[in-house]
Amino acid sequence: MPDITLQSALAQVTIGLIAGCFYAMLSMGLAIIFGLLNIINFTHGAQFMMAAFLAWIGLTQVGPWLGMPEFQIGFWPALLVAPLCVAALGMAVERLLLRRLSHLDHLYGLLLTFGVALVTEGLFRHAYGVSGQGYEPPESLQGPVDVGFMLLPKYRVFVVGASLLICLSTWYAFERTRLGAYLRAGTENPRLLQAFGINVPLMITLAYGFGVALAGLAGVLAAPIMQVTPLMGGSILNIVFAVVVIGGLGSILGAMVTGLGLGLVEGVTKVVYPEASTVVIFVIMALVLLLRPAGLFGREA
Amino acid sequence: MPTTLRLFAALVAAALAVPFVPHLIYPVFVMKVMCYGLFACAFNLLLGFTGLVSFAHAAFLGTAGYVTGALMIRLGSHPLGMPAAFLAGVLAAALAGLVIGGLAIRRRGISFAMITLALSQVVSFLAVQLRWTGGEDGLQGIPRGSLFGLVALSSDTAMYYLTLALFAAGFLFVYRVVHSPFGRILQAVRDNEARATSLGYETDRFKLIAFVLSAAVAGAAGALKALVFQLVSLNDVSLHTSTEVVLMTLLGGVGTLFGPLVGAALVVGLQNYLATLGDLVTVVIGLIFILCVSFFRRGVVGEMLHRAVPRRRPGAQARSRPAQAASPAEAA
Repeated sequence: MPDITLQSALAQVTIGLIAGCFYAMLSMGLAIIFGLLNIINFTHGAQFMMAAFLAWIGLTQVGPWLGMPEFQIGFWPALLVAPLCVAALGMAVERLLLRRLSHLDHLYGLLLTFGVALVTEGLFRHAYGVSGQGYEPPESLQGPVDVGFMLLPKYRVFVVGASLLICLSTWYAFERTRLGAYLRAGTENPRLLQAFGINVPLMITLAYGFGVALAGLAGVLAAPIMQVTPLMGGSILNIVFAVVVIGGLGSILGAMVTGLGLGLVEGVTKVVYPEASTVVIFVIMALVLLLRPAGLFGREA
Repeated sequence: MPTTLRLFAALVAAALAVPFVPHLIYPVFVMKVMCYGLFACAFNLLLGFTGLVSFAHAAFLGTAGYVTGALMIRLGSHPLGMPAAFLAGVLAAALAGLVIGGLAIRRRGISFAMITLALSQVVSFLAVQLRWTGGEDGLQGIPRGSLFGLVALSSDTAMYYLTLALFAAGFLFVYRVVHSPFGRILQAVRDNEARATSLGYETDRFKLIAFVLSAAVAGAAGALKALVFQLVSLNDVSLHTSTEVVLMTLLGGVGTLFGPLVGAALVVGLQNYLATLGDLVTVVIGLIFILCVSFFRRGVVGEMLHRAVPRRRPGAQARSRPAQAASPAEAA
């Protein structure tokens, strides 16, 4: 075991926790979309990437485009605008394309979202290449913060706090409110819900938009931490799919708990045995599949 | 002789002539189409005739490619090197199929697909991490060796005829499986699993055998591809390749025997033709994906059969099955 101080170990665990926050937000979005549309949203990674890019474009490109070099859309507005834009695009795709496939085998929805992801990533690659773009966090979040036992970059503490808040309120909204009850009823029996006077197609569109917006939020939050590149969505989605399999498809609580937990596990592994840190999630996945094929929080079908 | 076989014989006969007219049609291109055609056939055995969606097929293509390539680099000069490496590649893919299929078969539908996807990520992860796979570089300069020390395969023409022979063997194998009693059971499982179970078939076992067979044929395509192009790269085991084979199958016609070949030829041709577009090729492929899924779900061959062959059971097949084109295809 390498010689490590408590400081650096905690730093690794924090990094793991941050990764876990992104996994949790992305897999919650996937869970919501899967719950109502019954498709795996392969565009999720591209939507995450697109929001990060929109934030970057807002900060560095919009001014020159408008001929006003001073003008920029900063981090705080981007946190709202970018997810909304991505969600609006997503809802348009749902209305125009996905809806037409809802009566078919779920394979087709999955393939369609994959096609949309290819187009999106291809366009961004064409426009910006694959090299990463840097994104500075806002000034108010730069510098370290003393959390008692160690110094941490302020921005990372903010990301953990913000995403925990988002995850918990999403979970609360879905599991503990009347709106959530409708949504869950929609996943069980949409026709019955419609008979009660609920506009189910609208609900599905909005739920898709909300799931996409979660991915978008994660994307903007990730922009100052990761390099903003067209490849960032694909690489994180690979892990998020494993998280989804481990947590159990469609379980919102499972997505949140598994996402955070696996991020932490990854961080701890980086301290104990760095070489294994990327494979540990897949090892856990294989074990879970052997013992509980439905995933930790999934229902046996 | 059934129509399908007669058509295939004509196709092979035409392919025999290709090395004599290289200015008309480039043999290396045809070899690439045959490799991917076989790959798509393997995938279609599962999707079209068993109703299982796998996102792990690149893992089988790549596993076989890496094993064959690594063995050829070590014993390529031995007279039995090439056949041994090829068989080892196929076996490795079948083994990977047994492991991945064995784990995934316990879930149905979209969960099954997700598990195959996640497990194939493990394979691509191993391809980066293991030493003998060459990591980011992949395996390059794989020797082609010789056929039992008699025919040197370094010549493209010799390699072309070997590829054609193995491709034809693979296609006929899939044909044989589909038209065997075993294949009928697979199609029964696809159409109505509950009924197949109630007839006394252990559907999980049949699905697993189909999965392993499909993995092995995909492995044959991968081993062949490693020999033809003398390189194996990370792209071969990537999710991208797994979805490309879905596109080939869908574009040509799911559940038809010739569909995957047509689809492979179209996609490979498109990639060659559009190579100068750079990153926009992805955009074009993505758009084809969207159009195909939205408006053209029968695929080229499926659409042709649908028009040519009157439907024997109008409206019988639920339109929601991915293998909707299957019933007219069996008539062909």
